[in-house]
Amino acid sequence: MASYYNPADLGKFGTIADFQPQLAEKFFAWYGDVFAEGALTQREKSLIALAVAHAVQCPYCIDAYTTDSLQKGATEQMMMEAVHVAAAIRGGASLVHGVMMMNKVNDVSM
Amino acid sequence: MALATTSLLRRGSELSDTSYQLRVLRSHESTAHLPTFAQSLRAHGLAPLQPGETRVFQVNMGKMCNQACKHCHVDAGPDRTEIMSRETLEQCLAFLAATSIPIVDLTGGAPEMNPHFRWFVDEVVKLGRTVMVRCNLTIIVANPKYNDLPQFYAERSVHVVSSLPFYDAAHTDRQRGGGVFDDSIAAMRMLNDAGYAKPDSGLLLDLVYNPVGAILPGPQALLEGDFKRALSTKHSVQFNSLICITNMPISRFLEFLISRGLYEQYMQTLVQAFNPAAAQGVMCRDTISIGWDGMVYDCDFNQMLDLTVACSSTHISSLTPEQLRARTIVVDQHCYGCTAGAGSSCGGQLA
Repeated sequence: MASYYNPADLGKFGTIADFQPQLAEKFFAWYGDVFAEGALTQREKSLIALAVAHAVQCPYCIDAYTTDSLQKGATEQMMMEAVHVAAAIRGGASLVHGVMMMNKVNDVSM
Repeated sequence: MALATTSLLRRGSELSDTSYQLRVLRSHESTAHLPTFAQSLRAHGLAPLQPGETRVFQVNMGKMCNQACKHCHVDAGPDRTEIMSRETLEQCLAFLAATSIPIVDLTGGAPEMNPHFRWFVDEVVKLGRTVMVRCNLTIIVANPKYNDLPQFYAERSVHVVSSLPFYDAAHTDRQRGGGVFDDSIAAMRMLNDAGYAKPDSGLLLDLVYNPVGAILPGPQALLEGDFKRALSTKHSVQFNSLICITNMPISRFLEFLISRGLYEQYMQTLVQAFNPAAAQGVMCRDTISIGWDGMVYDCDFNQMLDLTVACSSTHISSLTPEQLRARTIVVDQHCYGCTAGAGSSCGGQLA
């Protein structure tokens, strides 16, 4: 294994079924339904996926949902705002735990 | 207006040779493993591809254009001098008169730059056919002699179909050249003033969207809503429908793909997105395309690859409607561009 991440592996996602077909079939069917037009548009779902891809820092997902967002007519500005949402939640998630730290400080302090 | 690029021909690019383009499409080492388009058709019981009734007679009036867009499949531009002659246009009229093909679709280059353009439009109208013009918009404001085109079109109920790859200047100008967006909006306003896209005027102004890069176009209805909102609220201009067209992997777009190392990925995307429903409705089944020199093709893209119709006569002066009806449509790897996803045609998405 020359590298942990290989761009060509994204196109082989479907081959996870080789080791466990029943679960893969259920996953891909569910995955397709998740991204179908619903109460949210396909473009909104694609931008959410792009934001989550940055939060979980998955290179495959960033690759796939950058292309998908563009294909759904999202602009660069929309896409960067989605990434900021992910970053804000990640940053906020750290900072809000500062309250926990403060509670502990108050607990142990005279 | 700054040009986005210059023609492959002017630059002496090897891609200006259509036989070289075909070699890339058929046997580039990165895509040699992909199924041929004919194989994909056969796998879905669609081969050989046969024509239906011809509804659209598309005439390429010349490669001359006031723009030089980065993705142009015609390799058109200000340096191209190929123009359909009056003699060839008369041959087109004679063919049309012997048929009942209802729509005559004029394209280029900028078809308005052909000196016989207005005469030809009038002759087609006299035959009782609908004229559709692929107007790049900026030609209307490029020179005072073109400023009255909106009135000319309106008086003849010409259906205007105009390229606008995005609803903002940044994306549009990146593909089509500096200042193109502002000029396009000015031209749209002139068309609106002449009655185009006004309720009950019967004058149609459609826009053509094609992606500014190596991606497939998005859902036509969704993008049409985006375009209408943005163009109406920010620029107070109106249009009827948005037509989404996939960029074909030929000519200057092929150059872009190869130069960026995206050719393999783009072809794979097209092949993986092969949609049999779209393949059944491809435009070559109801369209014929006439080159500036009178040669006849199954579609505009075959024309740009010099793939003439598979008939005993291939020139409009000698071709007969019977020969056309009996032909088999010529296909090659670029045809995957029309069958990917929701499909693509000069009239928009297919499935």
